[in-house]
Amino acid sequence: MLRLPYISHAVCMLALTLVALAAAPAAAVDIRMGYIQWVPDRGPVLSNIIPEPEDGGLRGAELAVQDNNSTGRFLQQSYSLKTVMADSAEQAVQTLSTMMDQGIELFVLNVPATTLRTMAATAGDKVLLFNAGAKDDALRISECSPNTLHTIASYSMLTDALAQWLNSRRWNDIFLITGPTDQDIQWAEGFRRASKRFNLDIVTEKPWTFDGDLRRTASKELPLFTQGADYDAVVVADVRGDFGEYVPYNTWLPRPVIGTQGLTPVTWHRVVEAWGAAQLQSRFRDLADRGMNDLDYAGWIAVRSIGEAVTRAGSPASGDVRAYVLSDQFQLDGFKGRKLSYRSWNGQLRQPIPLVHPRALVAQTPIEGFLHPKTDLDTLGYDAPESTCRISR
Amino acid sequence: MNKKKIKTLTLTALVSIASPLWAEMAYVSNEKDNTISVIDLDAMEVVDTIDVGQRPRGILLSKDKSTLYICASDDDTVQVMDLATRKIVDSLPSGEDPEQFALHPNDRHLYIANEDDDITTVVDVKTKEVLAQIPVGVEPEGMAVSPDGRWAVNTSETTSMLHWINTETFEIEKNIVIGQRPRHVEFSHDSKFAWASAEIGGTVHIIDVDKLEAVKVLDFKIRGVNQDKVQPVGIELTSDGRYAFVALGPSNHVAVVDAQTYEVLDYLLVGSRVWQLDLNADQSMLLTTNGVSGDISVIDVEDMKVIKSIKVGRYPWGVVIAPSS
Repeated sequence: MLRLPYISHAVCMLALTLVALAAAPAAAVDIRMGYIQWVPDRGPVLSNIIPEPEDGGLRGAELAVQDNNSTGRFLQQSYSLKTVMADSAEQAVQTLSTMMDQGIELFVLNVPATTLRTMAATAGDKVLLFNAGAKDDALRISECSPNTLHTIASYSMLTDALAQWLNSRRWNDIFLITGPTDQDIQWAEGFRRASKRFNLDIVTEKPWTFDGDLRRTASKELPLFTQGADYDAVVVADVRGDFGEYVPYNTWLPRPVIGTQGLTPVTWHRVVEAWGAAQLQSRFRDLADRGMNDLDYAGWIAVRSIGEAVTRAGSPASGDVRAYVLSDQFQLDGFKGRKLSYRSWNGQLRQPIPLVHPRALVAQTPIEGFLHPKTDLDTLGYDAPESTCRISR
Repeated sequence: MNKKKIKTLTLTALVSIASPLWAEMAYVSNEKDNTISVIDLDAMEVVDTIDVGQRPRGILLSKDKSTLYICASDDDTVQVMDLATRKIVDSLPSGEDPEQFALHPNDRHLYIANEDDDITTVVDVKTKEVLAQIPVGVEPEGMAVSPDGRWAVNTSETTSMLHWINTETFEIEKNIVIGQRPRHVEFSHDSKFAWASAEIGGTVHIIDVDKLEAVKVLDFKIRGVNQDKVQPVGIELTSDGRYAFVALGPSNHVAVVDAQTYEVLDYLLVGSRVWQLDLNADQSMLLTTNGVSGDISVIDVEDMKVIKSIKVGRYPWGVVIAPSS
């Protein structure tokens, strides 16, 4: 029987306007962007067998420049990226000023949070910065800068994703191992908060203080280290990859190891292939001759966000790009199965978080059933009421 | 619609399904099985499964419906199957990673979207000559040729555009920006309108072909389904201009749209992640491919009801219906 419910046939004036925009013989537009990277040495790590690529982030941004230009040739837009891989925080900050003097207003930054704070403070309101490297929650909940958007997922988004999945598996009792670095401590703080939100119980928490070489002694040290009350899973907070790779298969109880090693929540990973991602992955591999990682994705989607805003809003000025990106109209296909947008109160890109192991996707979060009054993507990470940031005012 | 009318329609539907004019077969490409499933639509069951090239996606029929063309994406070729013998008899140069394609009414010019190369390739299926390679946007996907033969339209997913290609010159004459991730274009049978789906945008854009302008943007709301999961993909239009059917992807529904008033009349629950659609010859029956659940839903068009689901291979992608040969 024919029903007539939920009728929806609204004319979208925006879309009609856009068609007109595309039809007009637009004047050629040059969109110049800057990419600045400063990655401090992470110190010696035990697990140094498979090194991380040094151009993580840059190659993603470069791919998006190609993508934007493929579209741009039909719209008389030309995108270019000026790149500096800095050797120090000071050089990164100085480079920003130099590029600003050259008239560049749009930047993708892969730098630590402390450097980002300095850059955001010196940049002022004539530029727009995309943070494609620092995951620190403070940048998104208390120290937000109106000129900064974030494309890399925060620690709390990653740990919420992991906790949702643990909850859905009913693996509630957790043995948490925390490394010594500032990043490890932030990751673990995120996980502690997530465990409260998603009803997990951290039955044991131990800081990692051993300094022996686990390649010789892992099988002896870790079983003893992970003895204690029964747990469903071991969660490791070892962001730089020091000892965490040696935890799986060496736990006292036969339990899965997840967190920063084993099963990990990520902004992106080369195993993501659904929703057309296979095409993005193969384009990236053709360009960089390696798999696409989370930093590459953060750089890629920052430049794609700029491209989308310039096309739809019709202006490459940083103020117009910012206004469009933070507006309700903005939506972007990020190969994650649904449209992506930015949280207008803190500039964080809302996005599903894949949970992966090195050779396959295990789950994609948010997991169905975790609800939010606005969008279930906001079940991942700090929400507006938990933050003092209101950057779009 | 009043009850009396519905009863009449139901009866008509039963009669038409019980005594079809001729037997029909549906062909379904199974993307992850590298096969084509053959379904007898009288018996409503799979009667044959044919091995084809790697990652078969788009499929279409020659105008006389004797030949099936298959995009074997990972083999970088278009395969040609003779439906009488169900054998692959030939292959065509296609460019890299062909995903969807469309055949010009002249029954010779095949327009192929090459997803990894940002081009559209035009091949003469008789001479196997590549007539043109046309640069388009990033990730070309959907292809359609207007029934009057004048336009070929390609959608590019990451560029969010419809590229309007003049079929005389093989040159792009117009680019229209629509919603995020355009997937599929379907022309009305009179060639006056083109319907284009934007998967991530969640919209269907109806383009007036004379003016090359959007005249309507449809969106869809299904109660109890997250709005982000309403992702339009395949579109099928009845030849009488009455209905449009829109496959809504992971919302697991097909929208029934009044093609004159653009009113959404109903949402029909089908299998998981519905991708493509095809109507049978007398348009009494609509089949949908459901990628994740690995089956076909059969919709009775008169009654607007899903009457059957048929298990096929893994990740069924395209579907076409031809008379039994």
